[in-house]
Amino acid sequence: MSDGTTLLVILGAALATFATRAGGHLVLSRFRSIHPRVEAGLNAVPAAVLTTIVAPAAFNGGVAELGALAVAALASLRFGMTTLFAAGAVTLIGLRALGL
Amino acid sequence: MNQEIRDGLRAAVPVIISAAPFGVLFGALAVDNGLSVFEAVTMSATVFAGASQMVGIELFGQSIAPWLIVFSVFAVNFRHVLYSAAIGRRMVSFTPLQKGLSFFLLTDPQFAIAEARYEAGHRLTFRWYATSGLALYVFWIAETWLGALFGRLLPDSHALGLDFLLTIYFLGLVMSFRKRALWLPVVLASSVASIIAFNVVGSPWHVSLGALAGILVAAAAPLEGVREDEANEGRADA
Repeated sequence: MSDGTTLLVILGAALATFATRAGGHLVLSRFRSIHPRVEAGLNAVPAAVLTTIVAPAAFNGGVAELGALAVAALASLRFGMTTLFAAGAVTLIGLRALGL
Repeated sequence: MNQEIRDGLRAAVPVIISAAPFGVLFGALAVDNGLSVFEAVTMSATVFAGASQMVGIELFGQSIAPWLIVFSVFAVNFRHVLYSAAIGRRMVSFTPLQKGLSFFLLTDPQFAIAEARYEAGHRLTFRWYATSGLALYVFWIAETWLGALFGRLLPDSHALGLDFLLTIYFLGLVMSFRKRALWLPVVLASSVASIIAFNVVGSPWHVSLGALAGILVAAAAPLEGVREDEANEGRADA
C-alpha cells in the first residue's frame, strides 16, 4: 500500500470512529423525552459493555487470571479503584511467577 | 489547582497505567506491520481507539481493500454509539463545541470513568471530562511513539501480566456500578451472552452482542425501580 493510501485509510478510520462516538447522542437527542424502558436500558450500558470484556477473558483464563480477578472483586467491596487494581495485578504477577 | 481538574487527573491515573502497555504494544506492532513511526502516531492521534487500531494495523499487513479496513474499524467501534447515547445525557452544561471534543475523546475507559463520576453524585463538567480525556490522549500518543521507536526492546510482557491488566481494571469498573438497579441480572446476561458470542461468532462481536443481552434484560424488566410520575411522563411522550 502506498504512503498516501495508508494515511487516507487512517483518516477514514478516524472519521468512522468519530461518527460512532457522536452518532448515538445525535440520534437520541432528537427525542424530547426518553421512554423509561429506554432509560433503563441506557443505564445498563456501562455494566453490560464492560462485562463483555471481562467475562470471556475470565472464562478462558487460567489459575493466575481467575485468582487475580477474584482478589480484585473481593477488594472492590472495601476499597477504591487504585487499591483493587494493585491487589489484582500483584496477585496475577505472583501466581504467574509460581508458574500457575 | 481547581477541584474538577484534580479529580479528572486522579481518575485518569489508573487508566493511564493499565493502558500504557497497550499503547506501547500498538506502536511496536504498527511499525512491525509496515507503518512508519509518523503513520503509527497519526493513527493514535486521529482514531484514538485501541482495539480498533490493533485490528486496523493487522489488516494493513495483509492486502485488503482500503474501504474494508475502514469498515472493520467502524464495526469494532460500533459499541461507542451506546456510550454516546448514554453519556450524552450527562453533558447538559456542555456547548456544542465542547460536546464535539468530548465525543472525540470518548474511549471505553473515558466512558466508564465519566459514568462512575456521575454515579458518585457529581455533576459531569467539561473541565473534569477534558482533563481526564486529554490526559489519556496525550499519554496514548506518547506511548505509541515510544513503542514505535523501541518496540523490539520490550521485556517479558506475560510475566509482568501486561496482557491482563485491562481486564482487572474493567472488572473494577463493573463492580463500581453494583448499586445500580438490575445490576446483577444485567451482568449475568452479558456474561453468558458474551462468552457464547466470543466462542461462536468471535471477537469483536462478543462486545456488541453481549452488551445487547444485558441492555435488553434491563429494558424488559418490570419498571418497579422507576418513580410512578416519571414512568407516566415517559409514556405520555413516547
